[in-house]
Formats: sequence, C-alpha cells, structure tokens
Amino acid sequence: MDPLPIAITFDFLTSVNFWTSVGVLAATYALVALGLQLNVGFTGIVNFGAAGFMAVGAYTMAILTIDTDISFWLSLPLSVLVTMAFGLIVGLPSLRLRTDYLAIATIAFAEIIRLIAQNARELTGGNQGLFCSDDQSKCFDDSWLDVSNTIQGWLVDLGWGDPEILFPLLLVAWALVVIVTLGLLFVQRSPWGRVLRAVREDEDAARALGKNAVAYKLQSLVISAAIAAIAGWILALNLATVHPIDFEPLVTFFAYGVLVLGGLANYWGVLVGSVIFWTLLEATRFIDVFDDQSDQTALRLAIVGLVLILLMAFRPQGMFGKREEMVLGD
Amino acid sequence: MEARSLTLGAEESAWQRLKEAADRRPALAAAIVLGVIIVVMVASKGLHDVAQTGLTGLSLGAIYALGAVGLTLVYGILKLVNFAHGDFLTFGAYMAYVVNVTWGMPLVLGIFFAMAMTAMLGVFFEKVMWGPMRARRAGLLQLLLMSIGLAFLIRAFIQYVWSTEIRFLDVNVIETVEVLGLRIGRTSLVILVVGIVLIAAIGLMLRYTLLGKQMRALSDNLELAETSGINTSRVILYTWLFAGALAGLAGVMAAATTELRPELGFELLLPIFAAVILGGIGDAFGALAGGLVLGLIIEWSTMFIEARWKVSIGFVALILVLIVRPQGIFGRAREI
Repeated sequence: MDPLPIAITFDFLTSVNFWTSVGVLAATYALVALGLQLNVGFTGIVNFGAAGFMAVGAYTMAILTIDTDISFWLSLPLSVLVTMAFGLIVGLPSLRLRTDYLAIATIAFAEIIRLIAQNARELTGGNQGLFCSDDQSKCFDDSWLDVSNTIQGWLVDLGWGDPEILFPLLLVAWALVVIVTLGLLFVQRSPWGRVLRAVREDEDAARALGKNAVAYKLQSLVISAAIAAIAGWILALNLATVHPIDFEPLVTFFAYGVLVLGGLANYWGVLVGSVIFWTLLEATRFIDVFDDQSDQTALRLAIVGLVLILLMAFRPQGMFGKREEMVLGD
Repeated sequence: MEARSLTLGAEESAWQRLKEAADRRPALAAAIVLGVIIVVMVASKGLHDVAQTGLTGLSLGAIYALGAVGLTLVYGILKLVNFAHGDFLTFGAYMAYVVNVTWGMPLVLGIFFAMAMTAMLGVFFEKVMWGPMRARRAGLLQLLLMSIGLAFLIRAFIQYVWSTEIRFLDVNVIETVEVLGLRIGRTSLVILVVGIVLIAAIGLMLRYTLLGKQMRALSDNLELAETSGINTSRVILYTWLFAGALAGLAGVMAAATTELRPELGFELLLPIFAAVILGGIGDAFGALAGGLVLGLIIEWSTMFIEARWKVSIGFVALILVLIVRPQGIFGRAREI
C-alpha cells in the first residue's frame, strides 16, 4: 500500500461555494430533524419514516406542477396537505404499537413510498426521476428559478458581482427553518405542547386525565410529516430533480444524526447540530486521501455511524439536550 | 327491526367465536388461511404455476428465515432491535468472497469462513458495545440508534475495502434440477434444504438442551435468570455466536443466488424483520415459518402483479402483520 498522501488544504473553509452548499443541506436536514424533534424529543414516538414524507412532499409538488395546470405556488400548500394525509394513513394503524414496532412500521411505510416512486413510472418517472414534462415545455422549478433570478438581481444590486447560484435557495430555506422553529416553540409552550410532554412522560397518566393520547401522537406525527414535506421541496429544488434514490432510509438516519447531535428536547439545538453535521460531511469532499467517489461515501457513512454510536454511548442527550427530558423508551 | 338486530348479534358472536378459536390455535388458523389461499390460486392459475412459484418462494424464504433466526434470538434474549443485522449478512457474504474468489478456494470453505468471521464480529461488538451499554441500562432509543450507527460503520468498511462494484461468488447458478416436473436452481435447492434443516436443529436445540432452556430463561427475564444461577454472559456469548454464524450463512446464500453489493444486507433487513415479527419475536421455529411464508407470499404475488412490485409486497405484509397480529402467528397475546 502507498503511504497515505495527506493533502488536506483548508482553503475550502473560506469558499462561499462550500458554505452555500453546506447551508442548503443543513437547512434541509434541520427541517427534517425539527419534525423528528417534535416526535422523538417532545412526544416520545420514534418515527423512522421521515424520508417517506419528504418523498411525498417533493413528488406531489413536482407532479402537480408538471402534469396539471396547478401552479408551482399552489402545489406547495397542496403537497403539504397530501403529506399530512399520508401522515394520518401511517399513524392511524401504527401509533398504537410499542416503540420498537412503531420504528419498524414507519420505516416500512417510507420504503413502500420509495418503491412506489421507483415503480409507478407513468406517474413518477421511475428511476429516470422527475424534472420536466415530456415535451420539455414545463419544468417543476420554473417558477422558483424566476424568483431565484430576481433575488440574484437584488444581490448584484447590493454589490455582489457574481452571486452563488444556490444562494437564493439558502436564504429562503433558512427563512423557512426559522419560521418553523418559531412556530414549534410557540405550540410547545401552549397547553397542547404540555399535553404532548405529558404523553411522553407517562401515557397512562395523560389518559387518566382525560387526554386522548393516541390523538395527540397522531397530531404530532402529522405536523412532523408536514415539515418533512417542506424539507422535500428544498431537497428537490437543490438537486433540480426528484429521484427515488434521494429518499432512501439513509436520509432519515442522517436526520437522526442531526437530531441527536443537536440534542433531544431542544429545537434551537437541532439548527446548530445540522450546521455542524453538514460542515463535517461536506468537508470530506476536500480530503484527497481517497482516490474515488465510493471511498468518499464510505467515509461519510463511517462519520455518521461514529457520530451515532459515540453520542448514544457517551452523551445521549447531545450538545444541547436535557438529560432529564430524554425519553429512553423503556 | 328486532329480528335484524338479533341476527346481527348472532353473526357477531359467531365471528367472535371464530376469532377466539383462531386465538387458541393460531398455527392451525394460519395453516387454514394458507390452505384456502393455495386452493384459490390453484383454481385460478393452475397447479403447476402455483407449485413452481411456490418452490422459488421457499428458497427465497429460506434465506429470510436464516437471517431471521439470528435477529429473533438477539431481539428476544437481549431485547436489542439490531438494525446492523443486515450488514452482518453483507459482511459474511464478502468474507466468503475473499475465500471463494480472491483466494480461489471452494465455496464450502468460504461458507465456513464467513460463518466463523461473522460470529466473531457479533461477539466482538457484544464485548465492546452491547455488553457495556446493557450494564449502563441504556434505553431502547439509544440502542436502536447505536445499531444503526454500527450498520453504517460495517457498510463503510465494506465499501472502503471492496468498493461499490457489483461482484459475484464463483457458483453455478445456471444448472437446474427437476423435481416432479418443477424446476429449481441447484444452488437454490441446496439453500432450501440446508436452511430448513439447520433452523429445525436450532429450534430443537432451544427446546430440549440446557443451553436452549437457559436462552429462553434469559429471554423471559435476564436478571431473574442471573439470580437463579445461570451464567448469563456465557449464554449471551452463545446467542451472538449463533446469530452471527447464521447471518453470515444467510449473507453467503443471498449473494450466491443474486449478486454482491454493499447494500445487500440492508435491503434484506426489512423482509427479515417481517419474518421475525410474523413468527413471533424470540421464536426460532417462528422465524423459519415466518421466513418461508414471506418468501411464498412474495413469489406468489408475481402471478397476479408485475414482478417489479414484489419487494413492496414484503413491506405491506410486514405492516399488515404489525397491525393485525403484532405478536406473530404463533405468539400469545401479551402487551404489545
């Protein structure tokens, strides 16, 4: 074996391009992890189906925009509604199950959604992915690109000669992250949020007080599905295509990495966790130790694996989580 | 009005009685349901097609079953939902690849090597991870996420060493055997026979040997087993040896009939979970039955819908089982 040629330069840390791509990914996964925080951190339900809800959101948006006369802007709220309906379909039968079964049931639902995306070719484009209509006259992100160009025009006016192509998406994505975070903080302080915590701490006690625990869990799951749909839009706009491979269970587990890094039962922690997580993962692009693409994905997998194992072993509450608020599910 | 409500009541009680009877003899009820399905299929598709796809389904099911036995033992005895089990299968398959292709030796040697190495992998992580975490009384979510982390680590290792390139074991997949006018690949036939014999042996071991009884004691209550003088760490060690060796074998078999990729095991994980839950957690015979039934359902479904949907059938079956009968076909109702 050759000696490892260590050729890591840290120039990328000052590159706008690097931070823009980190920022968009971090926003996407922060959104997913915010929904998971509501489920895992504040309701005590282990939802492993986030990637499936992202897929429903992204595909509904793209299909409505390309195949119907519905505009892109109307497709956004509609896709959230459709995803919430899926949340109901998933939650109604499975939320009565105990934690480990719920985890397996939700991941199975997410896989079914991905397999439908892969195999219902007429509707979803199958493994070709979904981007434009067959005659190329209409693409799902046309309306977004108009907005993006307008924002880039403003950036030029502000004196940034050659703005990053994804910078407008970065701004919009983080605006959505902040809105969702504030919304979640608001509902968490409401009586509704307190009941969720009661369900998390002791479901029987909450039920004894006349609260319908399953209904509250269902609401929690449906809201997190809606947030995942928003993350699905950003993922689709970032990649400029909707493809089944982007909604593998891996996506859900990466979001769990973000969640436990930030810490359970803390919404702001998730945002910090996501930025750190994706800075780490995107930095692997700049390590020249490995010669091919598959080594780089291997390194990413290893990093996420280690993050999950070490955090759960030594600091299960993550960076900003509260140990006393952490449900261990036993 | 009166009469109608009366008949409704009678119907309900008949349904109730049927349900109670099914609860008393779940295996019999499952066999009856399966029998009815087979009769309906034979009537609509003909005996030969049903038998042929059924045979293919059984050899697919044997792989699920072999993977499921290890998972169900660890799940039942250690209460660990091991999401890394699928990657144990992948690890075993690549170990066999090293012996069979890299070193050019017979596949049989590769199988033994794969079983030994995967068993050691299981024991290794028991020593460095699961044992210490159990001592700290880690919760379900912690263990769940750790096992996912471990799955990623194993896959990363495999991907780093062997890359994502698709590889094949040196095995004859073309030669077929004819049994009663039905065709089956020679390799698939070997898998089917070996799988069923091995799992039956393990089921008997669990039922009749001291080690088996100790394993069942641990699965009922680990602390109670310990206080009653059972050497629990020895039993746990054997559990991982069995789970690892069988996972390694299942991995080789899956690779021998298809192809070798780093995602091989993870893609088998959910069907294996389905087999485990179908058979009831901790039940080796259940895992065998669950795996075979799942293989049958998946292959039979191809007679009615396009084959590209057959993977999703496994997941639909998993969800249906969780909803309708989370304790599995043979399990007794308890708190789920």
